[in-house]
Amino acid sequence: MHAPPSILPLAVHDLTFVAGGKTIIDRVSFDLRHGQRTVILGPNGAGKSVLLRLCHGLLTPSGGSIVWGGGQPHPERRQAMVFQRPVMLRRSALANITYALKLAGVPRAERDMRARAALAKVGLDRVADSPARVLSGGEQQRLALARAWALSPEVLFLDEPTANLDPGATRMIEEAIAVIHANGTKIVMTTHDLGQARRIADEVIFLHRGRVLEHTPAAHFFDQPATPEAAAFIRGDLIW
Amino acid sequence: MSDITAALATALGLIARLDARLVEIVALSLQVSLTAVAVAAGLGLPLGAAVALGRFPGRRVLIVVLNSLMGLPPVVVGLVVYLLLSRAGPLGPLGLLFTPSAMVIAQATLITPIIAALTRQVIEDAWREYEEQLRSLGVTPRRAILTLLWDTRFSLVTAVLAGFGRASAEVGAVMIVGGNIDGVTRVMTTAIALETSKGDLPLALGLGLILITLVMGVNTAAYVIKEAAQRKFG
Repeated sequence: MHAPPSILPLAVHDLTFVAGGKTIIDRVSFDLRHGQRTVILGPNGAGKSVLLRLCHGLLTPSGGSIVWGGGQPHPERRQAMVFQRPVMLRRSALANITYALKLAGVPRAERDMRARAALAKVGLDRVADSPARVLSGGEQQRLALARAWALSPEVLFLDEPTANLDPGATRMIEEAIAVIHANGTKIVMTTHDLGQARRIADEVIFLHRGRVLEHTPAAHFFDQPATPEAAAFIRGDLIW
Repeated sequence: MSDITAALATALGLIARLDARLVEIVALSLQVSLTAVAVAAGLGLPLGAAVALGRFPGRRVLIVVLNSLMGLPPVVVGLVVYLLLSRAGPLGPLGLLFTPSAMVIAQATLITPIIAALTRQVIEDAWREYEEQLRSLGVTPRRAILTLLWDTRFSLVTAVLAGFGRASAEVGAVMIVGGNIDGVTRVMTTAIALETSKGDLPLALGLGLILITLVMGVNTAAYVIKEAAQRKFG
């Protein structure tokens, strides 16, 4: 059995998204390669979530192109996404994961084992049979991460995954993201939290008013921002 | 006043000793209405879910029509089903007129739009919450419908019960297509109408009490189950 060809790199060219007469993403271009944790950083309203949804295929671009792996068919099957607010089905934690595996075409015999393994990785094995919706916010987000993890995606999108969580829960999520990265999954994450960006990013895409102002290695971005907007954002000024 | 108390006492007596006529009428009522609810749920739940998720031309019109049909007058439904089933009608050869089957058809026609319209609302609200996550997981439209129907099951119980309440309480449709034939198509509502006009108040009142108790009992049970389930499953 040989591995299918990679869906990376991701080539985004002149991507534009207009909704209700308002340009939310404005002629954005960048390439994403394997191996680096990419953090899309920017103030609220910059268009980070929309950009992530366009890349994942949840939104249809108004213009421009998104090409995965030089034109791989069905790239979305090799991706998973964790949303800011986890959406759990009214069934057990374990069943939420086996449901996702079923949709992904995983044979029935493997689902239970893979789901339990994913739960163990985020420390939720003891609540496997609890209804998912009565778990705490932090536990639900870990469950969402486990659900994405179980799918063994090549690319994992995370949209402000810790925005609603306390520091303890945030830390657990960040640790899990580190392990997922170490296991070879490409991480693409949005945040407006500078501290989190510093902790996680290998490279930063700085988004402001729907435009990519910078796309640089993280260390470079934080030490020598090239644009006044990024410099202001790093200083903690309100920019809009 | 004494008439009423006397009638009430006799009615309670009929219920207490499980009067044969009374039991027969109640049993047929339940059989007809429960069958109609089963049929209507089988049609209305998937229909409502499909309209909730579907994006097709004329969808808005369909939603308005569906909502309007919730207020369908039972006598009109009875008339239409009568015309379809009467000997000269398109379904005449089936010989269903003045049978319990005809009453099931009439009640199912009456309440399918109710169940479908309420389901549409419930599923549409749920889809708003679930859509991105389910699409991210690669859901097909068919799978999405099944998933949402299952996930909103506690809310949908209310939709189905609204249908049951309407079916068991209506008199016009079953009167027309059933004919209120003693021992064959006489149900609680038609019996109450008949006995009241005949002046046999005790039987009418007894049936009325049972009907109200039944509807309240079913709704109480559903409420309790729903509350408990939502506490358990969130």
